[in-house]
Amino acid sequence: MRAWVGGTAAAVLVLLSVAAPPAARAQVEPVSMMLAGAPTSATDSTPVQLDADVYIPEVTPAPAVLLAHGFGGSKEGVAEEAQLLADAGFVVLAYTARGFGESTGLISMNAPDYEVADASALIDYLASLASVSMEAPGDPVVGVGGGSYGGALALLLAGYDDRIDAVAADITWNDLETSLFAQSAVDGVQPGVLKSLWTSLFFSSGLGLEPGQPVTECGRFTPDWCAAYVEAVTQGVVSPEASALMAQSSPRSIADRITAPVLLGAGQADSLFPLTQANANAEQIVNAPVKVVWHAGGHDGGIAETDRLRALTQAWFDQHLRGGPVVSDDFEVSLVEASALSDRDPGTVEVLSATDYPGIFGDGTTEMTVAAPPQQVLAPAGGAPAAITSLPGAGGLASLAGDLLAVPLPGQTAGFFTESLPTSMRIVGATRARITVSSDRPVDQAVLFASLRIVSANGRQALPQGLVAPIRIADLGPDPVTVDVVLPGVVTEAAAGDRLALVIATTDQGYRMPPGPAVYTVAAEGPLLLPTLQGTTASVGVPPWVWPVGAIVLTALIWIVVALLRPRDRAGEARPELAAVPLATRDLAKEFKGGLKAVDGVTFEVPPGVVLGLLGPNGAGKTTTMRMAMGLIRPTGGDTWIFGQHVRPGAPVLSRVGSFIEGPGFLPHLTGRQNLDLFWRASGRENGDPHLDEVLEIAGLGSAIDRKVRTYSQGMRQRLGIAQAMLGLPDLLVLDEPTNGLDPPQIREMRQVMHDYAASGKTVIVSSHLLSEVEQTCSTVVVMNHGHLIYSGTVEDLLAGRSGLRLEDVFLELVGEGHRVDQ
Amino acid sequence: MTSEAVSTSVETPYVARDTLTVRVELVRQLRRRRTLVAFGLAIALPLIVVAAVKLGPQSRGFGDGDLDLVGLATAGPWNFTLTMLLFASGFLLTIIAAMFLGDTVASEASWSTMRYLLAAPVPRRRFLRAKMIVGLLLTAITLLILIAVSFLIALVVFGSAPLTSPLGGAFDVTTSWQRLAIVTAYIGIQLLIPAGIAFLMSVLTDVPLGAVGAAVVIVIVLNIIDAIDALGDLRRFLPTDYGGSWADALGQQIAWDDMAIGASYALVTFAVLAAIAVLRFDRKDILS
Repeated sequence: MRAWVGGTAAAVLVLLSVAAPPAARAQVEPVSMMLAGAPTSATDSTPVQLDADVYIPEVTPAPAVLLAHGFGGSKEGVAEEAQLLADAGFVVLAYTARGFGESTGLISMNAPDYEVADASALIDYLASLASVSMEAPGDPVVGVGGGSYGGALALLLAGYDDRIDAVAADITWNDLETSLFAQSAVDGVQPGVLKSLWTSLFFSSGLGLEPGQPVTECGRFTPDWCAAYVEAVTQGVVSPEASALMAQSSPRSIADRITAPVLLGAGQADSLFPLTQANANAEQIVNAPVKVVWHAGGHDGGIAETDRLRALTQAWFDQHLRGGPVVSDDFEVSLVEASALSDRDPGTVEVLSATDYPGIFGDGTTEMTVAAPPQQVLAPAGGAPAAITSLPGAGGLASLAGDLLAVPLPGQTAGFFTESLPTSMRIVGATRARITVSSDRPVDQAVLFASLRIVSANGRQALPQGLVAPIRIADLGPDPVTVDVVLPGVVTEAAAGDRLALVIATTDQGYRMPPGPAVYTVAAEGPLLLPTLQGTTASVGVPPWVWPVGAIVLTALIWIVVALLRPRDRAGEARPELAAVPLATRDLAKEFKGGLKAVDGVTFEVPPGVVLGLLGPNGAGKTTTMRMAMGLIRPTGGDTWIFGQHVRPGAPVLSRVGSFIEGPGFLPHLTGRQNLDLFWRASGRENGDPHLDEVLEIAGLGSAIDRKVRTYSQGMRQRLGIAQAMLGLPDLLVLDEPTNGLDPPQIREMRQVMHDYAASGKTVIVSSHLLSEVEQTCSTVVVMNHGHLIYSGTVEDLLAGRSGLRLEDVFLELVGEGHRVDQ
Repeated sequence: MTSEAVSTSVETPYVARDTLTVRVELVRQLRRRRTLVAFGLAIALPLIVVAAVKLGPQSRGFGDGDLDLVGLATAGPWNFTLTMLLFASGFLLTIIAAMFLGDTVASEASWSTMRYLLAAPVPRRRFLRAKMIVGLLLTAITLLILIAVSFLIALVVFGSAPLTSPLGGAFDVTTSWQRLAIVTAYIGIQLLIPAGIAFLMSVLTDVPLGAVGAAVVIVIVLNIIDAIDALGDLRRFLPTDYGGSWADALGQQIAWDDMAIGASYALVTFAVLAAIAVLRFDRKDILS
C-alpha cells in the first residue's frame, strides 16, 4: 500500500538540497513535485497525482508536518504556514488535495479510501526521506494540520493512520450531516434544516467552473457526492446512501480511534461549523489529549487570530513531535472586547483559560426566567422575505453585517425577554431553552430559528456573531409540541441593565425553508439555562501600558537629544576691554547659500555717545550687518561684540539694544499702545521702566495710539516702530532707514531725537541712503560697498582736506573706489 | 532722554525666562480673528446640530451612520457630546489644530514682529516654546468649548440621561463622565499629529496660510492612503490610522490596546516633528 513513492522526485530533491549553497538557505525554499496518492477510483487503480511542495529545513533529520488546505483552495493556501514551520526546523509537506488545483482525481470529501488514503501515501513518501526523523522503519515522526476541509482530513487521518503523532485541526466538522443539515432540537428529527447557502457555496467552489473550461453539472465531484448534493437541494432529503457517504467522511466515525494529541480549534464566528461541532469532536476523542481553543475567527470572518494560532500550532508540534516545551492542555477562549468600530487589531485579544474543558454548556449555569405569553408567528409562503443573520462566504463582512442585519422581521419573530440583568454577565457556550410550538394547520415540517439576543436599555438588539439555531419539527399540528433547544454557542458579554431575549423566527435566508404558509403559536417553557465559565484571563500580546510608557521614554530621549544639540556659541569669549564700546565687529562675514557674499571681512568699532551713520548703496551689506549684530543672522565668519559681550542669537546683552530694522512689525489686530505694552512685556525687562511717556511723545501718534495698527498709515507705523525701538531707552539704538515715509517736519524732529539721544551718552547707529540727512545728523560714519568696509571714522576726518566737497561727493568717490577695489 | 537713564541701564533688568511668557503670548493671540472664529465654530456646531434635529423634517435623530453612536445622539448630553466629537474630530478639529500651530510662527514672520521679538531678545527656543504651548492651549480650549456647549445645549434640549453605549448597555453618571474624559483626552492627543505637522511647517515657511494648508493637505493625504484597502496592514504604520480608536472606550470594558498605540504614536510623532522644528529654528537666519 505504502510503496508509491516518488523516487525520482526524491532524487531531485536530494540533489537540490546538496546543490543549494547553505548560506543562501536562510529561508527554506520549497521544492514542487507531483507525488502519487491512492487509486483514482474503485475502478481505476492508477494513483492520483498530488501537487505538493516539500520543505526541507537546514538541520535534518527533523520531524515532519503534513499540511492540508481548506475547501476550494490549494497548497498555496497553506504556503505561509508551511514556510513558518519549515523555518522553525520541520520538514513540511504541503499538498493540494485530489480534485483541486493541479492535483488529479475527483473530490470525495475526505473519504477514507481516497483523500485519507492519499494522505497515508504522502506519509509513506515522508518515511522514505532521509531528512525525516523516524520512530521505526516506515513510521516517520509526523504531525498533520489543517483548517476546515483540511482539519477534517487531519482528524480522519489520525483515526485511520496510527503513524500520526500530533494533530492540529481548526474550524472543521465532527459530523458532516449535522453540519450541513442543522438540527438544534434535542433528539429532533434528522436530517435537520439544510444550510442551503453554505452548501451551495461549498459545492460550487468544487465545481472548478472557470472561463474556458467546459461547464458540467458535477465538476470535479465524484458522481456519488454530486447526486447526494442535487438530491438534498432539490428535494430536501438525505438518502441512506448519502447519509452513509457523509458519515464515513466525518471524524465522528473514528474519533475514538485517535491516539495522537489533538489541538482542536473552533471559530466563534462560524455559522458553517459552529462551536457545537468542535465540541462533539472534543468529547468523542477520548483516547488522546485534546486542547480546545475557541478563537475569534471562523468561516464568517470574525477577527482572525492568525498569528496566535500559528504560534500555538507550532508549539503543539514542537512539544509532541520533538519534545519541545510543554503546551498546557488548558481550554482557551478568546474574549473580544467590543468596539464601536469594526476594524480592530487582534494583536491583543484577551484569552480566558480554564484547566478543564467544560464542554458547550459551560462549567456553571445561570437560570433566567423569561416572560412567556404565547406568541403567534407567520411562516410566510415561499419562505420570503427571510431574515438575514449571516452572509456566508462574505468573510470579514459577515460578522459585521450579522450585527447590523439582525433586525427581526415583524410578524415572523417572537421574543421572550428576561428582566434587566442586575450585573454584567459573560456567556460562554450554548444556552438551553424549552419552547412549545403548535401550528394553525397540519404541516409535514415546521422550521424555526431560535437565537439568543442581547437587548440594551435603548431597545437595540444584538445577535452575537449573527448565529441562529435552526429547528425542524416533523408533523406539527394544533397540539403543542415541547422542544428542548440548544441555542448557538457564543462567547459574549451582556451589560448590567441589558435584557436577554429568546427569539424564535420563522425565516432565515441561509437555510432551506418549507414552502407552505403557516401560523405557529410559540411559548417559552421554563427558564433559559445560560452557560458560564470560571477561568483566568490573560492578555495575549503586548500589554497596552507598554506603549505609552515607551512613547514617554522615547519623547524624553528626543528632548534630551534636542537639548544636547543646542547651538554652541562659536567664539563665545567676551572682551571686557570693549565693555564701553556699544558695537564692535571683527572680520564679520556672511555668505548666503548660493555663494552670495553679502558681508565680507568687515571690522569696525562704534564709539559711545555718538550718532553713527552706516552708509552704502543698496546691496552694500548694511542690513545684513545690522541683522548679524542683532543675532538674527548667523555670520559665516568673524564676530560681533556689544558692550564687550559676544553676540549670538538671543544673547542677553541684546536687551541693551533697541532696534528698528527694515520697517516696523506689529500685530495688526491690536492698538499701538497694546503693541508697545506687549512688546515690552515680551522683552523680559518687565521690572525696568519702559519710559512709555517719552517714547509715546517721540512717536507723536496722539489719540491714534489707541487705534488698531491695521488702520495706521505707513508713516504712523514707522514712528511707532521707532518708538518701540526706544522703549526702555536702551544704551544702543540701531535704526535702519528711520526716516522712510516721514514728512520733512517729522524728519527734522527725528534728527533732533537722535541728536538728543546721543547727547545723553547713549549711542545711535543709523543707516540711510539720504546722505544730506546723515551729514546733518552723524558725527561718525561707516561706509560699506559690496559687502566691504570702505571707511570708518568721523565725518570731519572724511571731509578733511577735501574742502568744498560735501559728504555726497566724497561718498560717490569712495563707492567708485570700492568698485575698483572689487574688480 | 535724561542722563540718569545711562547709569541705570548698565545693570539691565533683562531676565531671559521672563521673555515672551505664555500669558503674554496668549494675550497676543487671543484677540485675533482666527482665534475667535475657531471658538465661534466650536460654539456654533452643536447649536446647528440641535436646531437641525429639533426643527428638521425628521425629528427622530440622524438616520443611520456608520457608527450607531450617531443614532443615539439625542439620548442625552453625554451621547450628544460624543456625537459632536465624532463629527468634529474628523476634519474641523484637525483644521483648527493645524491653524493654531501652523499659523503661529509663520504669521509672526509675515508681520515682521518675529525679528523684533528675537532681537529683544527672546531666546529662540523660548520663542518656540511659547508658540507651541499657546497653540496647543488654544486647540484644547476650542475642544473644551465644543464639549461644554454640546453638553449644556443637550442637557437643556434632550434631558440628563447618562451615556448609552452604542454597543449595548448604559452607564451610570460617574462612568459617563469617565468615558467622556477618556474620549476627549484621546481625541486631544490625536490632534497632536496635525498640530506637529503644522508646527514644523510654520517654522519652515514664512507664509502662514501655506503652513496651515500644507499641514491639512498632509493629513488628508494620510487619510486617503489609510483608506486604500490594498495597502492592508501597512496602514497600521500610519499615525493617522488610529484616529477613530476612541470608540473602543465605549464598550462595557474599555479596549485599551488600539488607543494605547494611537496615543503613543501621536505623542512620538509630535515629539519628532517638534524636535525637527526646534533644531531647524535654532540655526535659521531670520530674513523676514
